[in-house]
Amino acid sequence: MAPSNQRRSGFSKRAQYNLFTGYIVAGIGALIGAVLLGISFFQPHLFGGPRGVAQDAASPATETVAAARTGSKSLWDSVSGYYRAGSKNAELKREVELARIRLQEAEALRQENVRLKGLLDLHDEERRPVAVARLVGSSSSSTRRFAYLGAGTDDGVRVGMPVRSARGVVGRILETGRASSRVLLLTDSESVLPVRRAGDETVAFAEGRGDSLLRIKLINLGINPLKKNDMFVTSGAGGYYAPGTAVAIVTELTDDGALARIVSDPAATDYVSVEEIFEPEAAVGARTPIEEELGE
Amino acid sequence: MERIDPRARSDAYGSRLNRSHSVVVANVVPWISIMIGSLLPIFFVAAALPVVPPFGFLMLLAWRLMRPGLLPVWAGIPLGIFDDLFNGQPFGFAILTWSLAMLAIEALEMRLPWRAFWQDWLTAGVLGFTYLLTGWLLSGASPNFHSLIAIVPQVVITILIFPIMSRIVARLDLWRLWRWKRV
Repeated sequence: MAPSNQRRSGFSKRAQYNLFTGYIVAGIGALIGAVLLGISFFQPHLFGGPRGVAQDAASPATETVAAARTGSKSLWDSVSGYYRAGSKNAELKREVELARIRLQEAEALRQENVRLKGLLDLHDEERRPVAVARLVGSSSSSTRRFAYLGAGTDDGVRVGMPVRSARGVVGRILETGRASSRVLLLTDSESVLPVRRAGDETVAFAEGRGDSLLRIKLINLGINPLKKNDMFVTSGAGGYYAPGTAVAIVTELTDDGALARIVSDPAATDYVSVEEIFEPEAAVGARTPIEEELGE
Repeated sequence: MERIDPRARSDAYGSRLNRSHSVVVANVVPWISIMIGSLLPIFFVAAALPVVPPFGFLMLLAWRLMRPGLLPVWAGIPLGIFDDLFNGQPFGFAILTWSLAMLAIEALEMRLPWRAFWQDWLTAGVLGFTYLLTGWLLSGASPNFHSLIAIVPQVVITILIFPIMSRIVARLDLWRLWRWKRV
């Protein structure tokens, strides 16, 4: 392609100065960018305000697309359901029958739990979700794993609240706008979640690796007790997440723990619910440095 | 005349009789298309890996490489601020990288004024790869080996999608210079 003559300033002093000023401005812009980048490394939430406003402004479009996306997905599910419908149906019937029996057993256990808790004078109030909304989008071109939620401060969403789907934990609220908020997904490499193995008290940390897997780091090192297909649930430590919510399934064992796949893939979820912080006092305690004293 | 050849009085940009280019459309289309490119990735829900190419950045490169002189050198600043609102990186990342990319292309153009498309593609590929690698380094999280592996598919898609982006820009350019205005 031929070069454009617009950049040739020739002998015109004015054109030369214009060109020169352009370079200077671009250079200053790069410097400003570098400074802002440095600031946002140390104060990550400083620019949350403008970002929240921008998200809110884009939310009518993102909401519409999210609705269309989940609609098309369920259409595909119903089409693919016809594939080998007969054998699938028989298998599902058998599973449902087993599940019904288990459900009755679980109901009996729940009753017993209520009775025992009554004896001990423990009573936990019913936990209602703060808001139910769609995941409307994500930072899909960035290395970080953030999702955008279609509910914000107007719906009562606050920073730090856990986000879950019907399947399990999705992540935690990081920034809030008025009608939208940003969620730190479990797969982000800055996300750490205290977990325990379902069924026993093997406690660990589930850290995002940034490549769709979680790293399960056992707290008590020794002989690795984990096996493939072990399920990990939240332990409730740290105070953010209520205990007993499904997090991940072990896929591969490592020296100090395991690699696990998340149970609740945000891309496959329709609606998610935002819940209250489980124990706000504990969460504050976990944030306070060791040197500082807790309490008044 | 029209009976012999219906397109006798028109060229690639429409009829030449009592029609003129719209100044507003001609100036606004590149900026708007780059901003739409910045917005596009938030519509995808990608929980596992970063898979969607940085459309805004690619759009900027395509406009800059195909229509030199249309975007000013400092265009990376306002467009970068807009991209930073949506890209998920720490604020300031796009302002810095987009400005540097504009300056880099400027320097390259001084040395290679005559270029073929494959050279533009090579330039965009190298810049896109550098952009994603910088994004991995300066993401605000501590960069680790696994997340480096995770950006490989995105790098490949980014490089392969550039010809399509430049076709889109070519079509937008035709539309930009269409004679909309009745004189």
